[in-house]
Amino acid sequence: MSSGHHQPSALQQERLAYRRSRARRSTVVAFLSTVVFAVAAWLAVTSSPGWPRVRDSFFDVDAALRALPAVLDGLWLNLRVLVVCEVLILALGLGLAALRSLRGPVWFPLRALATGYVDLFRGLPLIICLFLVGFGLPGLRLTGVPTDPVVLGCVALVLVYSAYVSEVLRAGIESVHPSQRAAARSLGLTHAQAMRIVILPQAVRRVLPPLLNDFVALQKDCGLISVLGAVDAVRAAQIESAKLYDFTPYVLAGLLFVAMAVPSARLADWASARAARRRGGAS
Amino acid sequence: MTPVLRVRNLVRHYGANAVLRGVDLDVAEHEVVVLIGASGSGKSTLLRCVNLLEEVDDGQVFLDGVDVSDPRADADAARRRMGIVFQAYNLFPHMTVLDNVTLAPRVVHGVDPAVARERARELLDRVGLADRTGAYPDQLSGGQQQRVAIVRALAHEPRLLLLDEITSALDPELVGEVLTLVRDLAAQGRTILMATHEMGFAKQVADRVCFLADGVLLESGPPEQVLGAPEHPRTQAFLRRIIAAGRL
Ligand SMILES: Nc1ncnc2c1ncn2[C@@H]1O[C@H](COP(=O)(O)OP(=O)(O)OP(=O)(O)O)[C@@H](O)[C@H]1O
Ligand SMILES: [Mg+2]
Repeated sequence: MSSGHHQPSALQQERLAYRRSRARRSTVVAFLSTVVFAVAAWLAVTSSPGWPRVRDSFFDVDAALRALPAVLDGLWLNLRVLVVCEVLILALGLGLAALRSLRGPVWFPLRALATGYVDLFRGLPLIICLFLVGFGLPGLRLTGVPTDPVVLGCVALVLVYSAYVSEVLRAGIESVHPSQRAAARSLGLTHAQAMRIVILPQAVRRVLPPLLNDFVALQKDCGLISVLGAVDAVRAAQIESAKLYDFTPYVLAGLLFVAMAVPSARLADWASARAARRRGGAS
Repeated sequence: MTPVLRVRNLVRHYGANAVLRGVDLDVAEHEVVVLIGASGSGKSTLLRCVNLLEEVDDGQVFLDGVDVSDPRADADAARRRMGIVFQAYNLFPHMTVLDNVTLAPRVVHGVDPAVARERARELLDRVGLADRTGAYPDQLSGGQQQRVAIVRALAHEPRLLLLDEITSALDPELVGEVLTLVRDLAAQGRTILMATHEMGFAKQVADRVCFLADGVLLESGPPEQVLGAPEHPRTQAFLRRIIAAGRL
């Protein structure tokens, strides 16, 4: 920019000073109103008749410390489940999206199959899918079918989330201009090469924010595998809570899940901001 | 000598809309053939059929005497021997200029990346874009983008270069730089089949001008004949409209 050497005029300096004072004022107002609200909320809760009992059974620091190791152990399981599921979901979602983007009557059966899969697992509530897979599959007593609740929980998560993710990816694939495919094919690239090198990189860039959003949702839904008996953070909190006659472990597990989600949420914000900047710059 | 491109009785429908109804066309080696015709007459469709980006509904496309429109022929292999540049959206926006140009040599033709880059730099230098090799397409002007697209189509030494109204999406002051490049390519003896609305340019570089209407080539011949003294009434009417619009 050329304004690097520009000496602002008195008029501009006065304007800048005004803008700075306005900014200072809004910061002060925001800070004060937040403090007032927090104090009011605190007073309302702590002056309520049931507060002492709630404090003892939900916010007991001693109980939190005693439950911490077990809950952290459980959270470690959640984290591993998250990483494994995310990889499988992306792979399966990509496959489904690619199948649904195939053109031509030859591919109708595959396309129909993928569409049916997405319709089924996008509509099915996750908890029902977990029950069906977690209790139904082992009930068949087929050899080779896993019985470990962690594995079964992962299967259910992957089934449901891959349906979501495939739709997000498909939207991205279809948003790439058809000439890009033609340009790639005209260079002699095969359909698969055009998809991998030209279409998908553009598609994924465009849908990164909604993909990361699904990733954040998956992070907490990993806690649902506890309904199958897997000892994850939620299940560990339940066990500790029963031992201590205290609900604090649940609060602890909840806070840990929130803490785990914050980095992903910031990453999602950053990705959308970057996508918006790129679109702005490209127009 | 067998022509580089031979099109015989080419038919292409879109539903009930018969766009091409039996086109016959030959392009000999080193020849520059220009397709003209009203908007919607099927120029793009013809070029896309030749490049096998569209399936043909009847007829044949021969490249160096081999029927590449045969479903048993390897369409990918045939496309590798042609280059095509469209009106817009040619370049891959997520790749630099250099990656765009070297993509096909590296991935399709198995050229060593260092060799491919070396050759791409040379080609880009020839069109005055040596200093933009690291830029992304949206950092280039429209004319620069089209020049890169042409270089990319040339990177694997195609037998036939197809150009589809490559200047019609450009601001008037950018048209010249792209047409200059095409003129150079024609002078180098490249075999080119191009659709254009730039009649003045067609007059200068074309060895032959073909007028497409009603799904067939109504008239075909040297530019001074087709553009100067057309025989067919449809060609005459088309050229009168062009002249009235001040484009010839
Ligand atoms: N994918 C498609 N589906 C249906 N109809 C199409 C398709 N592509 C082209 N057409 C139709 O085919 C006809 C010829 O189109 P084409 O793009 O080949 O014309 P053109 O001569 O290149 O025109 P222009 O000079 O405007 O580029 C038009 O009527 C168009 O509506
Ligand atoms: Mg066209």
